[in-house]
Amino acid sequence: MEIEPVIGLEIHTELSTQSKMFCSCSTRFGSSPNTQVCPVCLGLPGVLPVVNEEAVRIGIKTCLALNCKINKYTRFDRKNYYYPDLPKNYQISQQYIPIGVDGWVEFEVGEEVKRVRIHNIHLEEDAGKNVHEEGKNFSLVDLNRAGIPLLEIVTYPDMHSMEEVNSFMNELRNILIYIGASNCKMEEGHLRFEANVSVRRKGDEELGPKVEMKNLNSFRSVLQALEYEIERQGARLRRGEPIYQETRLWNEEKGESFTMRFKEEAQDYRYFPEPDIPPLEIGKTWIEEIKATLPELPLKKKKRFIEEYGLSKKEAGILVEEKEISCFFEEVVKICPQPRLVVNWIMGPLMRELNERGLTIGESKLTATKLARLLEMVKENLITQTNAKYCLHEIFDSGEEPERIVEKRGWKQVTDVEEIEKMVREAIQKNPRAVEDINKGKKTAFGFLIGQVMKLSQGKANPGKVREILERELGKC
Amino acid sequence: MSKLSFLPAHVLSEKVRKGELSFSDITTEVIAQLEAKDKSINAYISRRLEAALEEAKSLDESLAKGEDLPSLAGIPLAVKDNICTRGFLTTCASKILYNFVPPYNATVVEKIKKEKMIIIGKTNMDEFAMGSSTENSYFGTTHNPWDYQRVPGGSSGGSTAAVAAGEAIMALGSDTGGSIRQPASFCSVTGLKPTYGRVSRYGLVAFASSLDQIGPIARDVQDAYLLLKIIGGYDPCDSTSLPLPLPEEQLTGKVKGKILGLPKEYLSEGIDPKVKEIVEKAIKVWEEMGCVIKEITLPHTKYSVATYYIVAPCEASSNLARYDGVQYGFRNPEYTITGQNPVIDMMEETRDQGFGSEVKRRIMLGTFTLSHGYFEAYYLKAQKVRTLIKEDFEKAFQSCDFIVTPVSPTPPFKIGEKVSDPLKMYLSDIFTIPVNLAGLPAISIPGGFTEQNLPVGVQIIGKPLDEYGILNLGFAFQEATDFHKRTPHGN
Repeated sequence: MEIEPVIGLEIHTELSTQSKMFCSCSTRFGSSPNTQVCPVCLGLPGVLPVVNEEAVRIGIKTCLALNCKINKYTRFDRKNYYYPDLPKNYQISQQYIPIGVDGWVEFEVGEEVKRVRIHNIHLEEDAGKNVHEEGKNFSLVDLNRAGIPLLEIVTYPDMHSMEEVNSFMNELRNILIYIGASNCKMEEGHLRFEANVSVRRKGDEELGPKVEMKNLNSFRSVLQALEYEIERQGARLRRGEPIYQETRLWNEEKGESFTMRFKEEAQDYRYFPEPDIPPLEIGKTWIEEIKATLPELPLKKKKRFIEEYGLSKKEAGILVEEKEISCFFEEVVKICPQPRLVVNWIMGPLMRELNERGLTIGESKLTATKLARLLEMVKENLITQTNAKYCLHEIFDSGEEPERIVEKRGWKQVTDVEEIEKMVREAIQKNPRAVEDINKGKKTAFGFLIGQVMKLSQGKANPGKVREILERELGKC
Repeated sequence: MSKLSFLPAHVLSEKVRKGELSFSDITTEVIAQLEAKDKSINAYISRRLEAALEEAKSLDESLAKGEDLPSLAGIPLAVKDNICTRGFLTTCASKILYNFVPPYNATVVEKIKKEKMIIIGKTNMDEFAMGSSTENSYFGTTHNPWDYQRVPGGSSGGSTAAVAAGEAIMALGSDTGGSIRQPASFCSVTGLKPTYGRVSRYGLVAFASSLDQIGPIARDVQDAYLLLKIIGGYDPCDSTSLPLPLPEEQLTGKVKGKILGLPKEYLSEGIDPKVKEIVEKAIKVWEEMGCVIKEITLPHTKYSVATYYIVAPCEASSNLARYDGVQYGFRNPEYTITGQNPVIDMMEETRDQGFGSEVKRRIMLGTFTLSHGYFEAYYLKAQKVRTLIKEDFEKAFQSCDFIVTPVSPTPPFKIGEKVSDPLKMYLSDIFTIPVNLAGLPAISIPGGFTEQNLPVGVQIIGKPLDEYGILNLGFAFQEATDFHKRTPHGN
């Protein structure tokens, strides 16, 4: 029996605002517990929430990027439940009139372009964190995160394979970074997932009972949890056993999920309109204003890179994978219009340097102009590839101008024929054995001689010219 | 006993400016009155008498140096104990907040401080403002200064009793369904519930957010107006506060030609004949001034109490969810772990012991009506009725300038009389509740006394934002009567 999974996702995104959703506390990550709090986000008696305009702006921008309809009149609601990390014991969210509805995301899976529909996008506030220390009979609560703006993106169950889920998550993450909605740092919890999954016999129309998976804090756990769950449900389906509608909690360490509650025990959140916040009216002009700030989205950019710069699909894919890299690429090409050369250098030496140093381009000392000028020298044969790589390394170290480094190190390539001839002759003279070997047909000896010439030139001789001249000179022998 | 602490603030301020009195004199008198009376009345939950006197002295010094002081500087003020005061106990008369000291000031308190008014203490109330008699307090019942056997009304009974007994010159109260006006009526003081959004709610411990409003309690209409102008205005910390200027016109008492609407539904059954008589007399007073009296109808008004007891508990059940013993306030120290979740056990037992029975009743009501399957039938229906009630008023105000009604169907009742019958208690707010549902401004002014010398107030309801209008109509009545000048005998 072939099994088809039906998967939908809920994505909680921490927004990149400076301040919290309903107060002016900082959203900075990693501060000491309970240092970024005020009466409002502590939920003290008597406080009132005031909506962060920037969060709403980002919400609208995300709706636009994900092709959602924006509700011109949107409202907040209270979601009531008791938990120690939720200071008011209700979360301000949007249940009835969310900021955006009915959108879609397009993404590539292999050669195909797939589309996942978005059910709705809504704004809410994050909760704090409970800290449980092993062996202690108490728990601690850190409320620094309480009140940080979250955007929840809810998809329709439109995905049917791990590849689709993976590509969708990547595309969504990229879009969110591109539009500046979120920094999407997984390790800081900027993206958290809940998945719902059911299985059915392939070809069946009807959906199976839906199981919700909670506590998925990375792409990996989403994929592992789904794989586990599809396997579990599939096995039951094959054995003819019932599948129950339930909520399951993923245990990352054990690689297993456990029943949290069954449908009958589903929590009643008693949603009702938040009386402390009047409904928001989102004007047309504001939407248009925000629309004008939308950047080119990754999939479109990829297509353009292929068409405009003649890049391969793979190259374009790697470049647009990170917005910063793709922008950097275009800046460099503007100055040094050699897209192939530029892409090779970015994907090769540059990414290697970044990985080794654990930096992003923005954090490094390399600028587009510097790389462009270095590559101009490479193109003009003014520097060898090897020395150019050293030069790049030094730019990363010191931030110095490439020309200065080349000058200082004396890496300027020797292309002068007479000078190279001189060195070739010297090498031939000094290595009669090698010449003999060459005459005997030993090809490695030729490489040895080239090496000797390069050595004499301290690496500055143009290897092509050396080969050419060496062949000519040896022919004379 | 001196009469000093029974004078209105505007008179006291003038006397101080004229050099007839010092700020210290006023505060000293108020403290003396408080110390003499409050054992019997129990208007205050906590007091700051020494600090108050210090502040008064320092204001005297400022005045002596010729400094310019705001008009209500040095006036002793009582603050209802559901309004947050930085560094000073704010309990909401609940065990669950018996030790809560806010780290911030309510916006109104900031404004009071800027005006250099002197806070005498925090006043008793029904727990979380839920009640009409100030009997639902963890800190004991407040007694009506006019008759200690009777309730002062509620929930701002501590504030109105303090003003009535000369234990404060003015007070702040809050009104969700009549909690300023009904106790003002019971204590024969002036109590104003402003238009919803006129006064910032930031720092007012929420009971029902869409209905709550802070307002002034004072000896007369002039004082109520002065205090409104200080506490009112737009507050960026309260998204529901109105970005509109406060009225500034002088009270003139000119009301000739104004049309007073009398809702036919309000003077019918279920109302004490004496109350009816007093309201009718008051209407005569205005009629003689040239006001036009007109019968109007508010047909949906009969659903007000039912609507209110859905909307308010819904909001309350959520607003009060935060009192769980985790962060602040009371935590049951000996909670027993019975279930699988010790934290939830702690919360449950804390709430079980921390809340009084009326609060629990309303939390349960609200929790039930918001539950899955009932939300549409109750909450949404109630919201629709609320709209109809609002529209009733809109229609009525097309043909009149003000609506005049009783404040409460009865004079002050006896302590314990209604406490065991919640429904009867709820019905005592029948004339005040519609005003909150419609978000309108309304005032209770001293309207007269029964044979037993029990105060009865008269309510004037105004169009949205027309605080000036209702104050001015009250002023006209005040000019023709002396009820507002009477003080409880023996005081």
